[in-house]
Amino acid sequence: MACQCNNEECFIELDKFIEERNLTGESSLIQVLHQAQHLFGYLPRNLQVYVAKKLNIPIAKVYGVVTFYTFFSETPRGENVIQVCLGTGCFVKGADKVMLSFESELEIKQGETTADNQFTLSAVRCVGACGLAPVVIINEKVYGHVQSEDVKGILENYIVGEITTQTA
Amino acid sequence: MLKVVINGKEIEAQAGSTILEVASEHGFNIPTLCHLNLHDMDYCNHPVSCRICMVEVNEGRGSRLTPACDTYISEGMVVETDSSKAIKARRTVMELLLSNHPQDCLYCTRSTNCDLQTLANSMNIRNNRFEGKMSNLGKDVSSKSIIKDLDKCILCRRCESICSEVQTVNIYSPINRGFETVIGTAFQDSLQDTPCTFCGQCVSVCPTGALTEVSHVDRIWNKINDPESVVVVQTAPAVRVALGEEFGAVPGGVSTGKMVAGLRRMGFNYVFDTNWGADLTIMEEANEVVERLNKGTLPILTSCCPGWIKFIEHQFPKLIDVPSTCKSPHEMQGAITKTYFAEKLGINPDDIYVVSVMPCVAKKYEAARDELSVDGRADVDAVITTRELASMIREAGINYNELADEEFDHPLGESTGAAAIFGATGGVLEAALRTAAGWLTNDSAPSLDYKEVRGLEGIKEATLKINDLELKVAAASGLGNARKLLEKIEAGENEYHVIEIMACPAGCIAGGGQPYNHGDRSIIEKRMKAIYEIDAHKEIRESHKNPDIIKIYDEYLEKPGGHLAHKLLHTHYFERDNIKE
Repeated sequence: MACQCNNEECFIELDKFIEERNLTGESSLIQVLHQAQHLFGYLPRNLQVYVAKKLNIPIAKVYGVVTFYTFFSETPRGENVIQVCLGTGCFVKGADKVMLSFESELEIKQGETTADNQFTLSAVRCVGACGLAPVVIINEKVYGHVQSEDVKGILENYIVGEITTQTA
Repeated sequence: MLKVVINGKEIEAQAGSTILEVASEHGFNIPTLCHLNLHDMDYCNHPVSCRICMVEVNEGRGSRLTPACDTYISEGMVVETDSSKAIKARRTVMELLLSNHPQDCLYCTRSTNCDLQTLANSMNIRNNRFEGKMSNLGKDVSSKSIIKDLDKCILCRRCESICSEVQTVNIYSPINRGFETVIGTAFQDSLQDTPCTFCGQCVSVCPTGALTEVSHVDRIWNKINDPESVVVVQTAPAVRVALGEEFGAVPGGVSTGKMVAGLRRMGFNYVFDTNWGADLTIMEEANEVVERLNKGTLPILTSCCPGWIKFIEHQFPKLIDVPSTCKSPHEMQGAITKTYFAEKLGINPDDIYVVSVMPCVAKKYEAARDELSVDGRADVDAVITTRELASMIREAGINYNELADEEFDHPLGESTGAAAIFGATGGVLEAALRTAAGWLTNDSAPSLDYKEVRGLEGIKEATLKINDLELKVAAASGLGNARKLLEKIEAGENEYHVIEIMACPAGCIAGGGQPYNHGDRSIIEKRMKAIYEIDAHKEIRESHKNPDIIKIYDEYLEKPGGHLAHKLLHTHYFERDNIKE
């Protein structure tokens, strides 16, 4: 997920992104956080402070936005990011059981990353594909009508040594 | 104008008004909780988050429930604020709010003075249909001033609004989402690790016990009950015009004599007046003004307010040489109590315990600042708010309203009208001007009243002529207003010579430690009026004419700004981080 450059270059990239677009103030925050996470892979404390100073926004506001959206992560994320939709439609179709199944297969709780850094498991709210409920998105690939017994098979696609990344 | 019907009454009202506004104007009471509009300080908390103001509305398409604070009137709208449907909806909202609220009301600091409790009571909630998950977030007791108990937070966001919009300190924001939402600090740092100024305005608007002051009550009783200790109490100018409210008096009353009597009845050995310390502060500060006028190192900023001092340390660290080096009045008074007074009475200063009664929660933190001490002895040992004093008077079983007036003890109890007005925005400035002008004109200034710097406005300015000197002065209250002036100074565009700053809008009379006004700002105006009445009735209205002040310089301190005065009465400031990385 994260770019392979070192930190300093990421900051230069981020500055360039902000300056080229003349971004400042609260209205630019989400756009800049998006780019920052894209560059760094996650949003550690010092990066949030950097963004707050750069855009002249109170740090509490930045932190509030980062913790509001499940998309933003404060901890490094795994090679593969699994998002299980827990929106209303998916939930009534049994997404909670799908989530439990991922948790037991990977031996982590939602929001956590496996020790080998291969998988991050997260919950998302409605992804707008209720017709496919329950929906799971891994990296950028969408899986529809997922049942808890499918989980093991899906994960096998991503185990290191086999296919590490897939695109839709 | 639009025609609407509220509870059967036909009303004409301005387009763009909310149902809540129109209903309140016409005497219909709709309960509110998160909504808080304090016009005089440009503060309006309007998150529409609590939903307690639900009313029934019909715009011709059948009736619906809607929050009155956020629904604008339309032509022909029919509103019922007290239909059974509306009342039922409000009860449900209240039950839901209470389903995640700790049930320890009996032990809560805010008990009987809590907006949530009062409202639940008035809605006749005697049981709750909902039993939900309770949050268990614990308390933040890191700071010396404010305790944050997130389990009691109802997410009304009043604290966040006042901290961000009025004070521009921006400590709080909603953190996380859904059930996990809290109104927290960045990275959920403890308050101690944020640039919080401890002004306590968040405490004064919090409708529940989520934000309260750190209590010093127990430690003071322990000292009072210790026969070895000489317990000395002092009271700030703004306390006497508000304390009575806690005992049912009409706001704006002055109860100095009862307060002194009550303190003596509680067992304090000496009851002194911080107003004496305020007169002393003026001597030192006016001297500094005159010195800096001569040196040309202006502007000078007042330094009585610890919230404001912490604000400049965090937000404008480059300007920390600009404020006066004077300690605040209660710190000066504490230092003098443990030196001059101790020597006079032959008491070991280590046996003296100084308690300050303040309208302020930041004074608690200030008293704990290491540098506010003399020879390793803290100037002030404990600080209680006006509210805490009231609670102690009640605890002692004293019938406040029946107390006969008593006088402060001497020699640290005599004060002037100049000291009395410290409690209101512009007061310190006016007091300093009286003495500076007195010195510069050999006491021939035409008037002692500087009415230009009085009143509730956030920033007041005036140009005064003293001899040939044109003195430009300003007074700002509220840290947002302070920021405006400081930004000018930082940009080199300052035009003022002397600037007074108070962290709380309207000054100490509206401090974070004063009796709760529950959104009624007219109370603040009445307290302000009372302050100026005290001044007007004082025989001596200039600090440099206070006989006990003249005496202490003769006997002990020699002269304002002298060597001993510097050791005891002056301090220094620190650069602090604004954001911790």
